[in-house]
Amino acid sequence: MDKLIMYLQYPFVRYAIIVGVLIALCSSLLGVTLVLKRFSFIGDGLSHVAFGAMAIATVLKVSNDMLLVLPITILCAILLLRTGRNTRIKGDAVIAMISVGALAFGYLLMNLFPTSSNLTGDVCSTLFGSTSILTLKPSEVWLCAVLSVIVITIFILFYHRIFSVTFDENFALATGTRVDIYNLMIAVVIAVIIVLAMNLVGSLLISALVIFPALSAMRLFQSFKKVTICSAILSVFGALAGLIISILADTPVGSTIVACDVVIFGLCYLIGRVKK
Amino acid sequence: MALLTAKGLFLGYEGQSVAENISFTVEPGDYLCVIGENGSGKTTLIRTILGLVKPLSGQIALGEGLEKNQIGYLPQQDEIQRDFPASVEEIVLSGNLHHLGWHPFYRKEDRARAKEAMEKMGILHLAQHPYRALSGGQQQRVLLARALVAADRLLVLDEPVSGLDPVVTAEMYSLIRTLHEEGMTMIMITHDVTTALSEATHILHMGKTVFFGTKEAYLEQEKGEEQ
Repeated sequence: MDKLIMYLQYPFVRYAIIVGVLIALCSSLLGVTLVLKRFSFIGDGLSHVAFGAMAIATVLKVSNDMLLVLPITILCAILLLRTGRNTRIKGDAVIAMISVGALAFGYLLMNLFPTSSNLTGDVCSTLFGSTSILTLKPSEVWLCAVLSVIVITIFILFYHRIFSVTFDENFALATGTRVDIYNLMIAVVIAVIIVLAMNLVGSLLISALVIFPALSAMRLFQSFKKVTICSAILSVFGALAGLIISILADTPVGSTIVACDVVIFGLCYLIGRVKK
Repeated sequence: MALLTAKGLFLGYEGQSVAENISFTVEPGDYLCVIGENGSGKTTLIRTILGLVKPLSGQIALGEGLEKNQIGYLPQQDEIQRDFPASVEEIVLSGNLHHLGWHPFYRKEDRARAKEAMEKMGILHLAQHPYRALSGGQQQRVLLARALVAADRLLVLDEPVSGLDPVVTAEMYSLIRTLHEEGMTMIMITHDVTTALSEATHILHMGKTVFFGTKEAYLEQEKGEEQ
Protein backbone atom coordinates (compact mmCIF):
# COMPACT_ATOMS: atom_id res chain seq x y z
CA MET A 1 0.00 0.00 0.00
CA ASP A 2 2.79 2.42 0.93
CA LYS A 3 4.49 1.55 -2.29
CA LEU A 4 1.34 2.41 -4.21
CA ILE A 5 0.93 5.76 -2.45
CA MET A 6 4.55 6.51 -3.13
CA TYR A 7 4.11 5.77 -6.81
CA LEU A 8 0.97 7.89 -6.97
CA GLN A 9 3.13 10.91 -6.10
CA TYR A 10 4.68 10.70 -9.54
CA PRO A 11 2.76 12.53 -12.23
CA PHE A 12 3.51 9.86 -14.85
CA VAL A 13 1.78 7.23 -12.75
CA ARG A 14 -1.25 9.46 -12.34
CA TYR A 15 -1.28 10.12 -16.08
CA ALA A 16 -1.11 6.40 -16.72
CA ILE A 17 -4.08 5.75 -14.46
CA ILE A 18 -6.20 8.56 -15.96
CA VAL A 19 -5.46 7.48 -19.50
CA GLY A 20 -5.88 3.82 -18.67
CA VAL A 21 -9.34 4.33 -17.20
CA LEU A 22 -10.47 6.50 -20.11
CA ILE A 23 -9.24 4.06 -22.72
CA ALA A 24 -10.80 1.11 -20.91
CA LEU A 25 -14.12 2.94 -20.77
CA CYS A 26 -14.10 3.82 -24.48
CA SER A 27 -12.96 0.44 -25.69
CA SER A 28 -15.65 -1.38 -23.74
CA LEU A 29 -18.51 0.76 -25.06
CA LEU A 30 -18.25 -0.38 -28.63
CA GLY A 31 -17.06 -3.84 -27.69
CA VAL A 32 -20.62 -5.08 -27.33
CA THR A 33 -21.49 -3.90 -30.82
CA LEU A 34 -18.32 -5.33 -32.31
CA VAL A 35 -18.80 -8.73 -30.76
CA LEU A 36 -22.46 -8.92 -31.70
CA LYS A 37 -21.93 -7.72 -35.24
CA ARG A 38 -19.16 -10.29 -35.66
CA PHE A 39 -16.78 -7.41 -36.24
CA SER A 40 -14.21 -8.45 -33.63
CA PHE A 41 -11.74 -9.25 -36.39
CA ILE A 42 -11.87 -5.69 -37.71
CA GLY A 43 -10.48 -4.48 -34.42
CA ASP A 44 -7.69 -6.98 -34.71
CA GLY A 45 -6.87 -6.02 -38.29
CA LEU A 46 -6.89 -2.33 -37.48
CA SER A 47 -4.53 -2.75 -34.59
CA HIS A 48 -1.95 -4.21 -36.96
CA VAL A 49 -2.48 -1.34 -39.34
CA ALA A 50 -1.88 1.02 -36.44
CA PHE A 51 1.40 -0.80 -35.78
CA GLY A 52 2.46 -0.29 -39.40
CA ALA A 53 1.52 3.38 -39.20
CA MET A 54 3.44 3.72 -35.97
CA ALA A 55 6.52 2.28 -37.67
CA ILE A 56 6.21 4.86 -40.45
CA ALA A 57 5.84 7.61 -37.85
CA THR A 58 8.94 6.39 -36.03
CA VAL A 59 10.99 6.24 -39.22
CA LEU A 60 9.84 9.67 -40.33
CA LYS A 61 10.58 10.94 -36.82
CA VAL A 62 7.19 12.65 -36.57
CA SER A 63 7.09 14.50 -33.27
CA ASN A 64 3.54 13.53 -32.32
CA ASP A 65 3.03 10.12 -33.91
CA MET A 66 -0.69 10.05 -33.17
CA LEU A 67 -1.21 12.72 -35.82
CA LEU A 68 -0.03 10.26 -38.46
CA VAL A 69 -1.29 7.01 -36.97
CA LEU A 70 -4.83 8.22 -36.39
CA PRO A 71 -5.69 9.26 -39.97
CA ILE A 72 -4.10 6.14 -41.47
CA THR A 73 -6.02 3.85 -39.14
CA ILE A 74 -9.30 5.68 -39.74
CA LEU A 75 -8.77 5.41 -43.48
CA CYS A 76 -8.15 1.68 -43.20
CA ALA A 77 -11.22 1.26 -41.00
CA ILE A 78 -13.35 2.83 -43.71
CA LEU A 79 -11.74 0.66 -46.38
CA LEU A 80 -12.19 -2.53 -44.37
CA LEU A 81 -15.81 -1.77 -43.71
CA ARG A 82 -16.53 -1.10 -47.36
CA THR A 83 -15.04 -4.40 -48.50
CA GLY A 84 -16.24 -6.37 -45.52
CA ARG A 85 -19.87 -5.50 -45.97
CA ASN A 86 -20.77 -7.12 -49.24
CA THR A 87 -19.43 -10.60 -48.81
CA ARG A 88 -18.31 -11.90 -45.47
CA ILE A 89 -15.58 -14.29 -46.65
CA LYS A 90 -13.97 -11.90 -49.08
CA GLY A 91 -13.99 -9.26 -46.35
CA ASP A 92 -12.26 -11.65 -43.97
CA ALA A 93 -9.50 -12.30 -46.45
CA VAL A 94 -9.01 -8.59 -47.10
CA ILE A 95 -8.67 -7.92 -43.41
CA ALA A 96 -6.15 -10.72 -43.01
CA MET A 97 -4.21 -9.35 -45.97
CA ILE A 98 -4.12 -5.78 -44.74
CA SER A 99 -3.33 -6.66 -41.15
CA VAL A 100 -0.52 -9.10 -41.85
CA GLY A 101 0.83 -6.87 -44.59
CA ALA A 102 0.90 -3.86 -42.28
CA LEU A 103 2.62 -5.89 -39.58
CA ALA A 104 5.31 -7.12 -41.97
CA PHE A 105 5.97 -3.73 -43.55
CA GLY A 106 6.01 -2.07 -40.15
CA TYR A 107 8.71 -4.39 -38.87
CA LEU A 108 10.61 -4.17 -42.13
CA LEU A 109 10.63 -0.38 -42.03
CA MET A 110 11.80 -0.33 -38.44
CA ASN A 111 14.61 -2.69 -39.38
CA LEU A 112 15.71 -0.81 -42.46
CA PHE A 113 15.71 2.55 -40.77
CA PRO A 114 16.49 1.88 -37.14
CA THR A 115 16.04 4.98 -35.01
CA SER A 116 17.57 3.61 -31.86
CA SER A 117 20.03 0.92 -30.94
CA ASN A 118 17.39 -1.11 -29.13
CA LEU A 119 15.24 -2.18 -32.09
CA THR A 120 13.77 -5.28 -30.46
CA GLY A 121 12.77 -3.20 -27.47
CA ASP A 122 11.05 -0.63 -29.69
CA VAL A 123 9.10 -3.26 -31.58
CA CYS A 124 8.20 -5.07 -28.41
CA SER A 125 6.86 -1.95 -26.75
CA THR A 126 4.77 -1.07 -29.81
CA LEU A 127 3.35 -4.57 -29.93
CA PHE A 128 2.83 -5.11 -26.23
CA GLY A 129 2.77 -1.53 -24.97
CA SER A 130 5.23 -2.39 -22.25
CA THR A 131 6.34 1.10 -21.31
CA SER A 132 4.60 3.68 -23.45
CA ILE A 133 1.81 4.21 -20.93
CA LEU A 134 4.35 5.31 -18.34
CA THR A 135 6.10 7.75 -20.66
CA LEU A 136 3.09 9.85 -21.64
CA LYS A 137 3.58 13.56 -22.05
CA PRO A 138 0.89 15.95 -20.74
CA SER A 139 -0.04 16.81 -24.33
CA GLU A 140 -0.72 13.14 -25.06
CA VAL A 141 -2.80 12.84 -21.93
CA TRP A 142 -4.89 15.81 -23.09
CA LEU A 143 -5.31 14.41 -26.59
CA CYS A 144 -6.37 11.12 -25.11
CA ALA A 145 -8.85 12.78 -22.73
CA VAL A 146 -10.42 14.87 -25.49
CA LEU A 147 -10.77 11.92 -27.84
CA SER A 148 -12.26 9.80 -25.05
CA VAL A 149 -14.85 12.45 -24.24
CA ILE A 150 -15.76 12.66 -27.93
CA VAL A 151 -16.10 8.88 -28.20
CA ILE A 152 -18.25 8.65 -25.08
CA THR A 153 -20.47 11.56 -26.18
CA ILE A 154 -20.99 10.05 -29.61
CA PHE A 155 -21.85 6.73 -28.05
CA ILE A 156 -24.44 8.22 -25.69
CA LEU A 157 -26.05 10.44 -28.33
CA PHE A 158 -26.30 7.62 -30.85
CA TYR A 159 -26.93 4.83 -28.37
CA HIS A 160 -30.39 3.89 -29.69
CA ARG A 161 -29.25 4.02 -33.29
CA ILE A 162 -26.22 1.90 -32.54
CA PHE A 163 -28.49 -0.62 -30.84
CA SER A 164 -30.82 -0.73 -33.79
CA VAL A 165 -28.09 -1.07 -36.39
CA THR A 166 -26.44 -3.80 -34.32
CA PHE A 167 -29.57 -5.78 -33.64
CA ASP A 168 -31.11 -5.75 -37.10
CA GLU A 169 -29.46 -3.91 -39.92
CA ASN A 170 -32.15 -4.83 -42.45
CA PHE A 171 -34.97 -3.54 -40.32
CA ALA A 172 -33.12 -0.33 -39.58
CA LEU A 173 -32.45 0.11 -43.28
CA ALA A 174 -36.07 -0.63 -44.19
CA THR A 175 -37.38 2.01 -41.82
CA GLY A 176 -35.13 4.63 -43.30
CA THR A 177 -32.13 4.62 -40.97
CA ARG A 178 -28.90 5.56 -42.74
CA VAL A 179 -27.18 2.34 -41.76
CA ASP A 180 -24.12 3.01 -43.89
CA ILE A 181 -23.44 6.28 -42.08
CA TYR A 182 -23.71 4.63 -38.68
CA ASN A 183 -21.48 1.76 -39.75
CA LEU A 184 -18.98 4.33 -40.93
CA MET A 185 -19.23 6.15 -37.63
CA ILE A 186 -18.69 2.89 -35.73
CA ALA A 187 -15.63 2.13 -37.85
CA VAL A 188 -14.12 5.58 -37.30
CA VAL A 189 -14.74 5.39 -33.56
CA ILE A 190 -13.13 1.95 -33.43
CA ALA A 191 -10.10 3.32 -35.22
CA VAL A 192 -9.81 6.15 -32.70
CA ILE A 193 -10.15 3.72 -29.80
CA ILE A 194 -7.51 1.43 -31.21
CA VAL A 195 -5.01 4.20 -31.67
CA LEU A 196 -5.69 5.35 -28.11
CA ALA A 197 -5.42 1.86 -26.73
CA MET A 198 -2.06 1.27 -28.40
CA ASN A 199 -0.55 3.39 -25.66
CA LEU A 200 -2.07 1.25 -22.99
CA VAL A 201 -1.70 -2.34 -24.09
CA GLY A 202 0.16 -2.23 -27.40
CA SER A 203 -1.23 -3.17 -30.76
CA LEU A 204 -1.31 -6.94 -30.34
CA LEU A 205 -3.43 -6.90 -27.22
CA ILE A 206 -6.01 -4.26 -28.15
CA SER A 207 -8.63 -6.75 -29.26
CA ALA A 208 -8.61 -8.22 -25.77
CA LEU A 209 -9.49 -4.82 -24.32
CA VAL A 210 -12.39 -4.48 -26.73
CA ILE A 211 -13.76 -8.00 -26.58
CA PHE A 212 -13.29 -9.40 -23.08
CA PRO A 213 -15.41 -6.91 -21.09
CA ALA A 214 -18.26 -7.28 -23.58
CA LEU A 215 -18.12 -11.07 -23.47
CA SER A 216 -17.92 -11.05 -19.67
CA ALA A 217 -20.92 -8.72 -19.36
CA MET A 218 -22.91 -10.88 -21.77
CA ARG A 219 -22.50 -13.84 -19.39
CA LEU A 220 -24.15 -11.85 -16.60
CA PHE A 221 -26.86 -9.68 -18.16
CA GLN A 222 -29.54 -10.03 -20.77
CA SER A 223 -30.43 -6.52 -21.85
CA PHE A 224 -28.35 -4.32 -24.12
CA LYS A 225 -28.27 -1.43 -21.67
CA LYS A 226 -27.19 -3.56 -18.73
CA VAL A 227 -24.60 -5.38 -20.81
CA THR A 228 -23.15 -2.07 -22.01
CA ILE A 229 -22.99 -0.54 -18.52
CA CYS A 230 -21.61 -3.71 -16.99
CA SER A 231 -18.93 -4.07 -19.63
CA ALA A 232 -17.85 -0.48 -19.06
CA ILE A 233 -17.55 -1.11 -15.32
CA LEU A 234 -15.71 -4.41 -15.77
CA SER A 235 -13.33 -2.85 -18.28
CA VAL A 236 -12.46 0.10 -16.03
CA PHE A 237 -12.06 -2.24 -13.08
CA GLY A 238 -9.82 -4.57 -15.08
CA ALA A 239 -7.66 -1.70 -16.27
CA LEU A 240 -7.30 -0.24 -12.77
CA ALA A 241 -6.52 -3.61 -11.24
CA GLY A 242 -4.02 -4.37 -13.99
CA LEU A 243 -2.30 -1.01 -13.64
CA ILE A 244 -2.00 -1.26 -9.87
CA ILE A 245 -0.78 -4.85 -9.97
CA SER A 246 1.76 -4.02 -12.63
CA ILE A 247 3.07 -1.09 -10.57
CA LEU A 248 3.32 -3.15 -7.39
CA ALA A 249 4.58 -6.36 -8.92
CA ASP A 250 6.69 -4.76 -11.63
CA THR A 251 4.99 -6.62 -14.47
CA PRO A 252 4.35 -5.30 -18.01
CA VAL A 253 1.29 -3.05 -17.96
CA GLY A 254 -0.53 -4.24 -21.09
CA SER A 255 -0.35 -7.94 -20.49
CA THR A 256 -1.26 -7.54 -16.81
CA ILE A 257 -4.43 -5.64 -17.77
CA VAL A 258 -5.37 -8.26 -20.33
CA ALA A 259 -4.66 -11.01 -17.81
CA CYS A 260 -7.05 -9.27 -15.39
CA ASP A 261 -9.69 -9.12 -18.12
CA VAL A 262 -9.25 -12.83 -18.77
CA VAL A 263 -9.65 -13.64 -15.07
CA ILE A 264 -12.77 -11.44 -14.91
CA PHE A 265 -14.17 -13.27 -17.92
CA GLY A 266 -13.53 -16.60 -16.23
CA LEU A 267 -15.37 -15.45 -13.10
CA CYS A 268 -18.30 -14.09 -15.10
CA TYR A 269 -18.51 -17.31 -17.06
CA LEU A 270 -18.72 -19.29 -13.84
CA ILE A 271 -21.30 -16.94 -12.32
CA GLY A 272 -23.34 -17.13 -15.51
CA ARG A 273 -23.21 -20.92 -15.35
CA VAL A 274 -24.29 -21.03 -11.73
CA LYS A 275 -27.14 -18.56 -12.31
CA LYS A 276 -28.58 -20.78 -15.01
CA MET B 1 -54.84 5.29 -55.85
CA ALA B 2 -53.18 2.10 -54.67
CA LEU B 3 -50.89 1.92 -51.66
CA LEU B 4 -48.28 0.15 -53.74
CA THR B 5 -48.00 -0.31 -57.50
CA ALA B 6 -45.40 -2.47 -59.22
CA LYS B 7 -45.09 -2.43 -62.98
CA GLY B 8 -42.98 -4.81 -65.05
CA LEU B 9 -40.45 -5.48 -62.30
CA PHE B 10 -37.29 -7.42 -63.13
CA LEU B 11 -35.60 -8.43 -59.90
CA GLY B 12 -32.12 -9.61 -59.14
CA TYR B 13 -28.62 -8.80 -57.99
CA GLU B 14 -25.72 -7.53 -60.04
CA GLY B 15 -27.48 -8.00 -63.38
CA GLN B 16 -28.41 -11.61 -62.51
CA SER B 17 -32.17 -11.74 -62.82
CA VAL B 18 -34.16 -13.96 -60.44
CA ALA B 19 -37.69 -12.91 -61.32
CA GLU B 20 -39.10 -11.30 -64.41
CA ASN B 21 -41.97 -9.11 -65.43
CA ILE B 22 -43.85 -8.84 -62.16
CA SER B 23 -46.76 -6.44 -61.90
CA PHE B 24 -49.21 -6.06 -59.05
CA THR B 25 -51.03 -3.50 -56.97
CA VAL B 26 -51.84 -3.39 -53.28
CA GLU B 27 -54.93 -1.43 -52.23
CA PRO B 28 -55.53 -0.28 -48.66
CA GLY B 29 -56.99 -3.17 -46.67
CA ASP B 30 -55.61 -5.91 -48.94
CA TYR B 31 -53.97 -9.05 -47.60
CA LEU B 32 -51.55 -10.14 -50.28
CA CYS B 33 -49.77 -13.48 -50.04
CA VAL B 34 -46.64 -13.98 -52.09
CA ILE B 35 -46.12 -17.65 -52.85
CA GLY B 36 -43.70 -19.59 -55.02
CA GLU B 37 -40.81 -22.02 -54.81
CA ASN B 38 -37.50 -21.27 -53.14
CA GLY B 39 -35.36 -19.19 -55.44
CA SER B 40 -38.32 -17.66 -57.23
CA GLY B 41 -37.32 -14.27 -55.88
CA LYS B 42 -39.85 -13.78 -53.07
CA THR B 43 -37.36 -12.33 -50.62
CA THR B 44 -35.78 -10.20 -53.33
CA LEU B 45 -39.23 -8.81 -54.06
CA ILE B 46 -39.67 -7.86 -50.42
CA ARG B 47 -36.26 -6.25 -50.30
CA THR B 48 -37.17 -4.30 -53.42
CA ILE B 49 -40.46 -3.13 -51.91
CA LEU B 50 -38.57 -1.94 -48.84
CA GLY B 51 -36.05 -0.13 -50.98
CA LEU B 52 -33.12 -2.27 -49.83
CA VAL B 53 -32.31 -3.29 -53.41
CA LYS B 54 -33.13 -1.59 -56.68
CA PRO B 55 -35.10 -3.45 -59.34
CA LEU B 56 -33.12 -4.24 -62.51
CA SER B 57 -35.89 -2.61 -64.44
CA GLY B 58 -39.54 -1.70 -64.01
CA GLN B 59 -41.14 0.57 -61.49
CA ILE B 60 -42.38 0.37 -57.97
CA ALA B 61 -44.37 3.27 -56.60
CA LEU B 62 -45.98 4.06 -53.28
CA GLY B 63 -49.28 5.90 -53.18
CA GLU B 64 -51.80 7.39 -50.76
CA GLY B 65 -49.09 9.43 -49.11
CA LEU B 66 -47.28 6.31 -47.88
CA GLU B 67 -43.60 6.94 -47.23
CA LYS B 68 -40.96 4.29 -47.62
CA ASN B 69 -40.08 4.37 -43.94
CA GLN B 70 -43.72 3.84 -42.95
CA ILE B 71 -43.65 0.22 -44.01
CA GLY B 72 -43.45 -2.17 -41.07
CA TYR B 73 -41.14 -5.07 -41.74
CA LEU B 74 -40.95 -8.46 -40.09
CA PRO B 75 -37.69 -9.96 -41.34
CA GLN B 76 -36.58 -13.54 -40.99
CA GLN B 77 -34.43 -13.93 -37.94
CA ASP B 78 -30.76 -14.63 -38.23
CA GLU B 79 -28.25 -16.19 -35.87
CA ILE B 80 -27.08 -12.84 -34.51
CA GLN B 81 -30.53 -12.01 -33.19
CA ARG B 82 -31.24 -15.36 -31.59
CA ASP B 83 -28.36 -14.85 -29.18
CA PHE B 84 -28.57 -11.08 -28.79
CA PRO B 85 -28.62 -9.66 -25.26
CA ALA B 86 -31.61 -7.34 -25.38
CA SER B 87 -34.83 -6.98 -23.48
CA VAL B 88 -38.18 -7.20 -25.25
CA GLU B 89 -38.85 -3.54 -24.56
CA GLU B 90 -35.54 -2.43 -26.05
CA ILE B 91 -36.30 -4.24 -29.28
CA VAL B 92 -39.88 -3.03 -29.61
CA LEU B 93 -38.76 0.55 -28.86
CA SER B 94 -36.25 0.37 -31.70
CA GLY B 95 -39.19 0.38 -34.13
CA ASN B 96 -39.49 4.08 -33.26
CA LEU B 97 -36.11 5.03 -34.61
CA HIS B 98 -37.30 6.91 -37.67
CA HIS B 99 -39.80 8.89 -35.56
CA LEU B 100 -36.92 10.36 -33.62
CA GLY B 101 -35.59 12.81 -36.17
CA TRP B 102 -32.74 14.61 -34.45
CA HIS B 103 -33.72 13.56 -30.94
CA PRO B 104 -31.06 11.34 -29.42
CA PHE B 105 -33.45 9.54 -27.05
CA TYR B 106 -36.95 8.09 -27.12
CA ARG B 107 -39.72 10.39 -25.96
CA LYS B 108 -42.86 9.68 -23.96
CA GLU B 109 -45.00 9.15 -27.06
CA ASP B 110 -42.47 6.66 -28.44
CA ARG B 111 -42.64 4.66 -25.23
CA ALA B 112 -46.44 4.79 -25.26
CA ARG B 113 -46.47 3.52 -28.83
CA ALA B 114 -44.20 0.63 -27.92
CA LYS B 115 -46.37 -0.23 -24.93
CA GLU B 116 -49.49 -0.25 -27.06
CA ALA B 117 -47.89 -2.56 -29.61
CA MET B 118 -46.71 -4.95 -26.89
CA GLU B 119 -50.20 -4.97 -25.42
CA LYS B 120 -51.70 -5.82 -28.80
CA MET B 121 -49.27 -8.69 -29.24
CA GLY B 122 -49.91 -9.96 -25.71
CA ILE B 123 -46.29 -9.59 -24.64
CA LEU B 124 -46.53 -6.63 -22.28
CA HIS B 125 -45.83 -8.88 -19.29
CA LEU B 126 -42.57 -9.92 -21.00
CA ALA B 127 -41.34 -6.33 -21.52
CA GLN B 128 -38.31 -6.70 -19.23
CA HIS B 129 -37.58 -10.30 -20.20
CA PRO B 130 -34.49 -11.20 -22.19
CA TYR B 131 -35.30 -11.73 -25.85
CA ARG B 132 -33.01 -14.71 -26.30
CA ALA B 133 -34.75 -16.66 -23.55
CA LEU B 134 -38.15 -16.46 -25.28
CA SER B 135 -39.74 -19.20 -27.35
CA GLY B 136 -39.76 -18.89 -31.14
CA GLY B 137 -43.39 -17.79 -31.19
CA GLN B 138 -42.83 -15.14 -28.54
CA GLN B 139 -39.79 -13.84 -30.41
CA GLN B 140 -41.90 -13.45 -33.54
CA ARG B 141 -44.49 -11.50 -31.53
CA VAL B 142 -41.75 -9.19 -30.34
CA LEU B 143 -40.58 -8.54 -33.89
CA LEU B 144 -44.17 -8.08 -35.04
CA ALA B 145 -44.71 -5.55 -32.24
CA ARG B 146 -41.61 -3.70 -33.44
CA ALA B 147 -43.02 -3.65 -36.98
CA LEU B 148 -46.29 -2.25 -35.60
CA VAL B 149 -44.40 0.50 -33.82
CA ALA B 150 -42.67 1.40 -37.06
CA ALA B 151 -45.77 1.48 -39.23
CA ASP B 152 -49.48 1.81 -38.97
CA ARG B 153 -50.69 1.12 -42.49
CA LEU B 154 -48.64 -1.50 -44.28
CA LEU B 155 -46.84 -4.54 -42.87
CA VAL B 156 -44.47 -6.71 -44.86
CA LEU B 157 -43.98 -10.15 -43.32
CA ASP B 158 -41.23 -12.48 -44.50
CA GLU B 159 -42.16 -16.08 -43.61
CA PRO B 160 -43.59 -15.14 -40.22
CA VAL B 161 -44.15 -18.74 -39.11
CA SER B 162 -41.01 -20.50 -40.29
CA GLY B 163 -39.70 -22.79 -37.59
CA LEU B 164 -42.81 -22.54 -35.40
CA ASP B 165 -44.86 -25.53 -34.29
CA PRO B 166 -48.45 -25.96 -35.58
CA VAL B 167 -50.19 -24.54 -32.49
CA VAL B 168 -48.00 -21.43 -32.40
CA THR B 169 -48.29 -21.10 -36.17
CA ALA B 170 -52.09 -20.99 -35.89
CA GLU B 171 -51.82 -18.37 -33.14
CA MET B 172 -49.50 -16.28 -35.27
CA TYR B 173 -51.84 -16.41 -38.25
CA SER B 174 -54.80 -15.44 -36.11
CA LEU B 175 -52.82 -12.51 -34.73
CA ILE B 176 -52.03 -11.35 -38.25
CA ARG B 177 -55.68 -11.83 -39.25
CA THR B 178 -56.78 -9.63 -36.34
CA LEU B 179 -54.37 -6.90 -37.41
CA HIS B 180 -55.71 -7.14 -40.94
CA GLU B 181 -59.30 -6.92 -39.74
CA GLU B 182 -58.36 -3.82 -37.79
CA GLY B 183 -57.38 -2.18 -41.06
CA MET B 184 -53.74 -3.05 -41.57
CA THR B 185 -52.68 -3.81 -45.11
CA MET B 186 -50.55 -6.96 -45.31
CA ILE B 187 -47.99 -8.37 -47.66
CA MET B 188 -46.86 -11.81 -46.53
CA ILE B 189 -44.36 -14.22 -48.01
CA THR B 190 -45.17 -17.83 -47.29
CA HIS B 191 -44.36 -21.38 -48.36
CA ASP B 192 -47.70 -22.55 -47.21
CA VAL B 193 -50.17 -22.36 -50.10
CA THR B 194 -53.08 -23.73 -48.07
CA THR B 195 -52.78 -20.94 -45.53
CA ALA B 196 -52.28 -18.37 -48.23
CA LEU B 197 -55.55 -19.46 -49.80
CA SER B 198 -57.47 -19.36 -46.54
CA GLU B 199 -56.06 -16.08 -45.20
CA ALA B 200 -55.29 -13.84 -48.14
CA THR B 201 -57.47 -11.64 -50.29
CA HIS B 202 -54.92 -11.51 -53.11
CA ILE B 203 -52.27 -13.89 -54.38
CA LEU B 204 -49.00 -13.18 -56.13
CA HIS B 205 -47.52 -16.41 -57.44
CA MET B 206 -43.88 -16.13 -58.46
CA GLY B 207 -42.01 -18.65 -60.56
CA LYS B 208 -41.99 -19.64 -64.20
CA THR B 209 -45.48 -18.30 -64.64
CA VAL B 210 -46.34 -15.20 -62.68
CA PHE B 211 -49.89 -14.81 -61.46
CA PHE B 212 -51.40 -11.86 -59.70
CA GLY B 213 -55.05 -11.45 -58.79
CA THR B 214 -57.65 -12.09 -56.18
CA LYS B 215 -57.71 -15.38 -54.36
CA GLU B 216 -60.86 -16.37 -56.23
CA ALA B 217 -59.27 -15.74 -59.60
CA TYR B 218 -56.25 -17.80 -58.52
CA LEU B 219 -58.48 -20.74 -57.55
CA GLU B 220 -60.31 -20.48 -60.88
CA GLN B 221 -57.04 -20.57 -62.75
CA GLU B 222 -55.73 -23.54 -60.78
CA LYS B 223 -58.99 -25.37 -61.52
CA GLY B 224 -58.63 -24.56 -65.20
CA GLU B 225 -55.13 -25.97 -65.25
CA GLU B 226 -56.19 -29.22 -63.63
CA GLN B 227 -58.82 -29.92 -66.27
